[in-house]
Formats: sequence, C-alpha cells, structure tokens
Amino acid sequence: MKLAILVNEGPYTHQASDSAYQFTKAALARGHEIFRVFFYHDGVNNATRLTTPPQDDRNIINRWSKLAEEHKLDMVVCVAAAQRRGIVDEGEAKRNGKDATNLAPGFRISGLGQLIEAGIQADRTVVFGD
Amino acid sequence: MTTKKFMFVNRKAPYGTVYALESLEVVLIGAAFEQDVSLAFLDDGVYQLKKGHQTKGIEMKGFEKTYGALDDYDVNKLYVDEESLAARGLTADDLCVPVEVMSRAAIGKLMEEQDVLLSF
Repeated sequence: MKLAILVNEGPYTHQASDSAYQFTKAALARGHEIFRVFFYHDGVNNATRLTTPPQDDRNIINRWSKLAEEHKLDMVVCVAAAQRRGIVDEGEAKRNGKDATNLAPGFRISGLGQLIEAGIQADRTVVFGD
Repeated sequence: MTTKKFMFVNRKAPYGTVYALESLEVVLIGAAFEQDVSLAFLDDGVYQLKKGHQTKGIEMKGFEKTYGALDDYDVNKLYVDEESLAARGLTADDLCVPVEVMSRAAIGKLMEEQDVLLSF
C-alpha cells in the first residue's frame, strides 16, 4: 500500500512524532511504500539538526534522517510552519535574511501543496497528532 | 488531476493553540488543488465559528473572517456537531457562517465516505 504520513507534533514533548516514526519504520518493513512524510504545526521541529538530547535518550531527529537515507524517504517540512518556528535551510536563510540554517539531512522545506498532493497520491493518509 | 474527498476535522478552540489557524491554511490549499473539501467542527472546534472573535486583548491576529471567505474558494460544506454545540450552550444562530448542524452519528457516516481525513 502507498502511504502518506502527517506529523503534527514536535519531538520529545509529544509522542506523536515517536509513533509516526515507529509506524513508518514498521510499514516499510512490511513492504509498504511511503509516498511522503509531511511535517506540519510543531511537527516541523522534528527537522532541526541542532537538537541535543541526553546520551541515554533516543535522538528523534537523527532517527528520521537515518530512516530517510536508508529508504530514500521524501520528508517535507511545511514552509509557513517552518518560518514561524525558525526551521531554516539555505534558500530560506537567504530569502529571509537569516544568519544560520538548521535543517537536518533528509528533510526539505516546501509548501502545503505537497501535503494535499500526498493525500491525492497515497492510498491512505495517516495523521499523527494531538 | 484526481479529485478526492478531503475532510478537515477541527476539534480545538480558535485561539490557545495554533491548530485552527494552520488548519485553515491547509483547507485553502486543498481548495486551490480543486479537491472536494469539507470541514467538520467537533468538541471545542465549534468555538472556531462563534461570531465575534475579539483578539485584541491577546495580541493575536483574528481570523474569523477567513471562515466567511471559504465560500469564495467553493468551500461550503461545513458540518457542525449538534452535541458539541449544545454542550457549550450554542446554536447555529451563534455562528458566523451558514453550516449544517448534524448529529455525531451523521458526521461519523460522512467521515466514512472520505478519502482523506485530516484532523487538527
């Protein structure tokens, strides 16, 4: 089955991000296709490479990046939500005059159209949120 | 382009969290993609449609007008849960746009007919 995943909550505060990761990993292991993982609301905070959790805890961001690399996942961060919350890639930094970037590997910033397109293309859209 | 039935399920009050505002942004994009868009309002989500948002005191941008503009984007299927309204002492007359007030069971049936359900 072709799946789209929507992550609406940030890392560590809310389990939604962990559940989305576990679900995505399990779906891939079962041979399902992940059309796209889309990050919205505080979900965009899953895409900052500046996160430093305690050493004995899971690194939620690195975990997503690794999964994306292994399975060529398309992980998209909503641009409007990212701008509000300070998630920045080089293009956004240039456009908005910011002096730093923090987008983790495997993520890209794009518009909400990518979420609607994922809903159209996928057999199922699975939402992880509050 | 393929047209699918997208329902946006709104369960949270308009202010206090960003969900309602950011949900509206997706609704408008869904409409721009010419999808079959509808909105359901349940629980505290019914407060999103309450007439007379006053946001000056909390220094937030009010977005009551956006609900009124949905019709311009051909988004006119707004379903409101009767029980959620009643539990908050509200009726359809308290709302800022025309809606269809339905039982929770009827909204559940509509949900079953959707291709994509996005809940915020």
